[in-house]
Amino acid sequence: MDFALSEERRMLQETIDRFISDRYNVTKRLQMVETDKGFDQDLWSEFADLGVIGALLPPEAGGFGGLGEDLTVVFESLGRGLVVEPFLATAVLGAGCLHLVGGQEALLEKVISGEVQLAFAHAEPSSRYDQTQVETIVSSSHQLTGRKAVVMNAPAADYLIVSARHEGDASDSHGIGLYLVKADAEGLDIRGYGTIDAGRAGEVTLQNTPAICLMENAFSVIEEVMAKATLCLCAEAMGAMEFAKDSTLEYLKTRKQFGRNLGSFQALQHRMVELVIECEQSRSAMMLASAHLEQDRIEREKLISAAKYLVGRTAKLCSEETIQMHGGIAMCWEYDVAHYAKRLVMIDHQLGDSDHHLDRFIAFSGDA
Amino acid sequence: MDLHYTEEEVAFRDEVRGWLSENLPQELANKVRHHKRLKKEDYDFWHEKLRSRGWLCWHWPLEHGGAGWTPIQKHIFEEEMIAAGAPRIVPFGPNMLGPVLIKFGSEEHKKKYLPRIVSCEDWWSQGYSEPGSGSDLASLKTKAVRDGDHYIVNGQKTWTTLGHHANMMFVLVRTNPDAAKPQQGISFLLVDLNTPGIEIRPIITLDGEHEVNEVWFTDVRVPVENLVGVENEGWTYAKYLLTYERTGIAGVGYSKQMLGHLKTIAKREKKNGKPLLSDPRFASKVAEVEIDLMAMDIFNLRIVSAAGAGQAPGAESSLLKIKGTEVRQEISNLMRQAIGPYASPFVPEFFDDGYNEETIGPEDAMPLARQYFNLRKLSIYGGSNEIQKNIVSKAMLGL
Repeated sequence: MDFALSEERRMLQETIDRFISDRYNVTKRLQMVETDKGFDQDLWSEFADLGVIGALLPPEAGGFGGLGEDLTVVFESLGRGLVVEPFLATAVLGAGCLHLVGGQEALLEKVISGEVQLAFAHAEPSSRYDQTQVETIVSSSHQLTGRKAVVMNAPAADYLIVSARHEGDASDSHGIGLYLVKADAEGLDIRGYGTIDAGRAGEVTLQNTPAICLMENAFSVIEEVMAKATLCLCAEAMGAMEFAKDSTLEYLKTRKQFGRNLGSFQALQHRMVELVIECEQSRSAMMLASAHLEQDRIEREKLISAAKYLVGRTAKLCSEETIQMHGGIAMCWEYDVAHYAKRLVMIDHQLGDSDHHLDRFIAFSGDA
Repeated sequence: MDLHYTEEEVAFRDEVRGWLSENLPQELANKVRHHKRLKKEDYDFWHEKLRSRGWLCWHWPLEHGGAGWTPIQKHIFEEEMIAAGAPRIVPFGPNMLGPVLIKFGSEEHKKKYLPRIVSCEDWWSQGYSEPGSGSDLASLKTKAVRDGDHYIVNGQKTWTTLGHHANMMFVLVRTNPDAAKPQQGISFLLVDLNTPGIEIRPIITLDGEHEVNEVWFTDVRVPVENLVGVENEGWTYAKYLLTYERTGIAGVGYSKQMLGHLKTIAKREKKNGKPLLSDPRFASKVAEVEIDLMAMDIFNLRIVSAAGAGQAPGAESSLLKIKGTEVRQEISNLMRQAIGPYASPFVPEFFDDGYNEETIGPEDAMPLARQYFNLRKLSIYGGSNEIQKNIVSKAMLGL
């Protein structure tokens, strides 16, 4: 048993952290969010040159990482820096699908070099967090019709990877295929918008939209890719929580009220310690899930759900405590930690919230 | 990073498991599992077994008769012991005093007392808490006044776990009442409980059990050579001992065993004709604590392995104490809930050897409420959880 990061991953972490602290800040982030794409293409290319996208993909996909530990190292750094660039949509969900369905090496190469943006259009207006609920249908000539909800990075994507049903009822895991749709395809409408945590997403409508079939009966691919993406979100939350926690601690040490440092009040000390404990618990759950990402499906899904449940619960606590212990200042748009606090809560709304994952954990435990 | 046991660690686990299955009598394991009362002979028997294998003082370095294990091996050993239903090693000699003497004791102390701990000749007890000093340990009042070659000890200790079986006690006493800070006037004495002037009285706890005692000292003469380290420096040794007390306090092994038991009960008990464990409300509570425990297991290992061989972790162990005890208390709470109305019957004789009458309700129902109330102690002893938060706040967060 060994809890230390390998030398390569430690270097990767240092490289990304240094790049982000040199090139990134919350003000710049807020400016980028105002643009149509929602991020800075030059910065994206630099991230790609740095190998950040390649680190998220295995060698068979043209990358040099892709294991649980690679994903968590990268996303924890991204979370710490509150990076808004669409790594999850393009490099984990999108590229993850392309890799697992096979035969998409040319497109993957362009993703890794930073030339191509992707979006994973799976969830639908009525599916909530259910992975198997797909009402979008595909015709025999591979034309898609249906709606996809809150598709992250849809406005900037060059290609959408869309799930659609070629067989079965709306909630069957069997009969869901994956299809590749070009951004300028006929019958494709994307209504883009910003999100409260400074991302960009879109409502996608498909009306007899021509597509390339990547794979039929692709649910196992969807599930595996979503497991990886869920782990990434856990790591992103860990990074953001560390930042929020450190900022709060620093504030407790410097802010004076009634002639004393805030941190001298026991009521706040104890809350801070409780937050530290929950963060360490979440980190432990994330590490456990990460270590089992490449193992058998039941164990993987069970531990991913355990981690997302615990991280979701803790991220909400961290967000609320950060705001409360800072007081009014954390209510200001101009103040960094306010944006971390928003991201922390909204991570619970991506790829399944705490309740969803607690149910899933119970289902995969097979006790009942 | 690799969260799996290495081949060597798996081999070690199998070795421990194999030894336990050959040496731990089923009858004794069942007593432990069913929360029956253990007698002094049960502990003595088990201590002797471990001693013969060289595993009683596994905490210690090899040269003093310890096992010389890595932190992970220690963890494996503790988990296997609990999973097998072994009685716990009474910790006061092997886990607490031993490490203190190894670090701070004189050569004479080491020569005299360490072998007697290893050989089970001495049963040590802990003389820390007093009626007036709970978590504020440094406020202790039991005093020792030098009189020639002796200290004269007067005062009262309390919560002395299994003190009624002990022949020795390490005692914190106040040797300088005028010190600038209460921590500065404390000394660490080794006391033979057969010395005249010592009286041990039982305390019956809310579950009806006799596990702890109060110990009265009236003009007790303790030889000066029984002072550990330097006079008035006892607080340093006392704190060092407490970090050892906290290492196992996460109780992950116990929680795992209890969770398994909880699920067994909740699968068997019915609600609206269906297993309680398939009731969404109850299932959620069980799943929440199970996830906390899974995370706790890794958290515990992270801290244990970071501490390195032969070292006790620092303030991080306070984090483990807080969360570990919360988890264990919550599981015991759910066990009590799971059994429903049959949590109520209270038949103290049930827990004695040789009780042959039919149980009231399911056989495993009897100890559950009793255990729940007993385990309220977890968040109080060893420094209450609130004290642990103060420690973390100061030592880790710098507040």
